[in-house]
Amino acid sequence: MSVLREAFKALRLTVVLWLLTVVLYTLPLLAVGQGLFPAQANGSLLRNEGGQVIGSTLIGQPFASNRYVWSRPSAVDYSTGKAAPTSAPSNLGPTNPDLAKRIKDTAATYAQAGLAKPAADLLYASGSGLDPHISPEAARQQIPRLAAARGLPPARLEPLIRRHTQGRFLGCIGESGVNVLTLNNALDQIKP
Amino acid sequence: MTDWFQVVVFVALVWATAPVLGLHLFQVFDAQPQPRLDRWLIPVENGVLRFIGERGRPAEQTWDYLRPLLFSNLFFGLVALAFLLAQPPWLNPQGLPPMRWDTALHTAISFLTNTDQQHYTPEQSLSDLSQLGALQFLFFTSAATGLAVGFAFIRGLCGRPLGNFNTDLIRAITRVLIPLSFVFALVLLVNGAPMTLAGPVMLRTLEGADQILVRGPVAGYEAIKQIGENGGGFFGANSAHPFENPNPFTNLLAMVAMFAIPAATIDAFGRFLGNRRQATLLLLLVTVLFLALAAVAIKAEQGGNPLLTAWLSGPNLEGKEVRFGAGITALFATITTGSMTGAVNGAMDSLLPLGGLVPLFNLFLQVIFGGQGTGVAYLLVFLILTVFLTGLMVGRTPELFGRKVEKGEIVWSSLILLIHPLFVLVPAAITLADAPTLSGISNPGSHGISQVVYEYASASANNGSGFEGLGDGTLWWNLSTILSLLGGRYLPIAALLLLAAGFARKPKVPPGPGTLATDTGLFTVVTGVVILILGALTFFPVLALGPIAEAFSLTGAP
Repeated sequence: MSVLREAFKALRLTVVLWLLTVVLYTLPLLAVGQGLFPAQANGSLLRNEGGQVIGSTLIGQPFASNRYVWSRPSAVDYSTGKAAPTSAPSNLGPTNPDLAKRIKDTAATYAQAGLAKPAADLLYASGSGLDPHISPEAARQQIPRLAAARGLPPARLEPLIRRHTQGRFLGCIGESGVNVLTLNNALDQIKP
Repeated sequence: MTDWFQVVVFVALVWATAPVLGLHLFQVFDAQPQPRLDRWLIPVENGVLRFIGERGRPAEQTWDYLRPLLFSNLFFGLVALAFLLAQPPWLNPQGLPPMRWDTALHTAISFLTNTDQQHYTPEQSLSDLSQLGALQFLFFTSAATGLAVGFAFIRGLCGRPLGNFNTDLIRAITRVLIPLSFVFALVLLVNGAPMTLAGPVMLRTLEGADQILVRGPVAGYEAIKQIGENGGGFFGANSAHPFENPNPFTNLLAMVAMFAIPAATIDAFGRFLGNRRQATLLLLLVTVLFLALAAVAIKAEQGGNPLLTAWLSGPNLEGKEVRFGAGITALFATITTGSMTGAVNGAMDSLLPLGGLVPLFNLFLQVIFGGQGTGVAYLLVFLILTVFLTGLMVGRTPELFGRKVEKGEIVWSSLILLIHPLFVLVPAAITLADAPTLSGISNPGSHGISQVVYEYASASANNGSGFEGLGDGTLWWNLSTILSLLGGRYLPIAALLLLAAGFARKPKVPPGPGTLATDTGLFTVVTGVVILILGALTFFPVLALGPIAEAFSLTGAP
């Protein structure tokens, strides 16, 4: 068999498989997504009363104000600011002195704000740089500060945190986490 | 405690799916009737075969199987390269420019070889058209190529002709990869993976910052990324990104998806051989090795970083997501490197020394479930070598599955084992020799050595994960890893097919009193020891220089 014939065969195979694995596979999924699950298919967007998109329930946002629950450190600042969109961890190795320095600095910032012994996830940067969650412990530690800043009784914040906690799957798979964005959005709705 | 429970759940799911999917694979690649699928798929498959002019004759020579493989892979790669180099304005909501030539070449070859190393930031580099038309296309075709080779090898070892490559490739896509991915994609979609061509969303956060959310046809892409053991992320953060892996449930499925096909291929091998006990023992062997490695990684990450105890306590969460936790991220890292997927749900670079040693070790061995199709082939190569070694020790004629193991088999097997260290250690040594200009190391000390070795090991093993702090978007890294990608893929494939075709041609010898049974617990244990010695010894010096030295520096610190 000549090389040319074999090459022509491979070329036709490439065309058919491209149509099969790119067009035929993807279009029904797009149709199902847009038709039956538009909320998820479009990125689980969160809107305010005016209909404006204020975030995605799956993607975290940076929070620094005393009136909000703080989210985890992010190596890419939650893809905000003028920079091009991205997602990434810090990629600092465990023995890299920069890691210890960053943790020390972050801990000092928390200490200034009155959080002496923050939960570890508030010091460690996340894997995606967009982690929507903090641990329940990290959320509870921030209750006194939030209560003071918003003039709310701490007892009102406890159930709110619980409501915005995503539990383990079937109670045993993964870890539970508090969704910082939806929690903060709910806080804003209590006392605008 | 819950981490270990989740390990048990994971292994139970893999073992539960292996016989079901294994039977399916056996039927697909043994051309057995599958009434419910045949009704729909036979017209499609025959149509494709007729269109390309393939009569479906089984290969008589190795070259008859290898030639269409190389030709089709060449065209698959060229199509992908064209998309990346052109990056036209269609389905390009961000108006992204074409990729630089060396990055495009590296990306095309990396995805063509089922590796999926990424020396670019997807959000800033690829249009939806490139993600689908170049990368998702290669996800399917590279996984199908691997499966075809795996089953051709199995046929040869069972004394049969290798089969027909184009038929194997098409059936792998129509009957295995598309159906499984489609179902998985639907589950991902319902759980929050986007499926849209509408482009990114710009928004104002609650605190008034501008945030850009990149979206895309993620669910479909993600499904074949995991099931095909590909691993190249739609986003830079890969499976740590909430759009790729929204919650613990999808994470569990993503982990099972990585092991499902390699485990089922081992099961299907037993059905081809007519000796399912042999397959069960092999599955048990890799499961035990996997559990031992996973335990080391999980224990290390749970233990936390002793250098940071002044400020925090508990498990190491640097580069990890709250919804997965430290232990399960370590489990994921063990699975993704054992299976040659290369998807990551946390930063490999930020794993503790022993947590990072396990993935590196997996990349060296290549058989802890292993790559799509090629995993079981490498495992059987170790079986051949074990038969030979034990035969030498007890003075029996080395025989495997009723055929003599002779010079040819040993030459090819040794070659297959030697290719890997060659394409890892030599380029790593060159890069480290001129580290300041070439390496792009981002973490000082022993960890930097691990970064370089990991990159080449990942390329040559066709895994694709990385210690991603490494500055690898350079001309040197792109071109030098291309050699490891190609060498680690096509040389072993050729050697495997030559080995299998030669083996199938040998006369069958009836088992005699001198035959060593390979389907026993004792033989399986010896195989395990051979895997550890032959597979790991070559690489021990670099393990000592990298993660082991780093582990000592960690515990030796005040």
